[in-house]
Amino acid sequence: MEASAEHASGHDEHYTSTGLPTPKVAMWIFLASECLLFGGLISTYLLYRGASVVGPYPADIFDIPYTSVSAFVLLASSLTMVLALSAIQRGDNLRFRIWILTTAMLGMVFVGGQIYEFTTFYNEGLGINTNLFGSTFFTLTGFHGAHVTVGILMLLTLAWMNGLGKVDQKNNLSVELVGLYWHFVDIVWIVIFTVIYLIPDAPRTLGQ
Amino acid sequence: MSEEQHESQSHAHPEQWEYIKIALILGVLTAAEVALSYMDVGRTIQIFGLLAMMIIKFMLVVLWFMHLKFDSPGYGKAFTFGVALTATVYGAVLITFGVFQ
Repeated sequence: MEASAEHASGHDEHYTSTGLPTPKVAMWIFLASECLLFGGLISTYLLYRGASVVGPYPADIFDIPYTSVSAFVLLASSLTMVLALSAIQRGDNLRFRIWILTTAMLGMVFVGGQIYEFTTFYNEGLGINTNLFGSTFFTLTGFHGAHVTVGILMLLTLAWMNGLGKVDQKNNLSVELVGLYWHFVDIVWIVIFTVIYLIPDAPRTLGQ
Repeated sequence: MSEEQHESQSHAHPEQWEYIKIALILGVLTAAEVALSYMDVGRTIQIFGLLAMMIIKFMLVVLWFMHLKFDSPGYGKAFTFGVALTATVYGAVLITFGVFQ
């Protein structure tokens, strides 16, 4: 029954005993484990918030309008990612390539913006060893930037494989899996943007 | 698990205009978050407002863009377990160390 379903959907994939495709189940479990990774990094930032004995402090260097543009860029990339998935599922390879490359380009804009932000912070005296804020901030946002960079490589690989005919309407599970990963880095940024940038001293003043 | 069920799990996704609508809502919420962070409305209201909008944005992306609203509940259970475990474990740590005091 499961083998016939596999052929019916046109996917060269395996199904778990629940009938769900194994790679997709594995991706969701991986993303669930990633929640713990980023939860740990965000919690570490919160635990040491306000504990730096020397500056610069968040209020001295955060540029909210600039970071807001980065947040919009990453949100826009989530839209182009779902449009790419929608295009490949319709068999529209041209639009798929346009949307997937647009997503990769938006990802590069985000990472480029992060590199510029890191450089600016460094020039203003904040390094990873400067104080607890620098250590926890660069570790958290650096890990997120690394995830975005891996996502960009996967997006470019998908565009290349589509050109080779290895990813198409019948074999689109890999696009869906990369899409899940890409949306995950977006939701992590949604949390980082609010908790780290917009409410920098929230936990210690909550309820006051 | 029938072939029809496999098919419906794989392809019952929203139309493109619905994705664009969700993206516009996300954009408006982000703009509202930034605006609220500059408003002098009292620290408690500001923080709870920002956290509420963050959770709404999180849910919109997970339910629509990641298709949890339309896919098999099994995926949602796996991800919810991860999120709940994260909130419980690190919530306990943050409370223990008095971060919310």
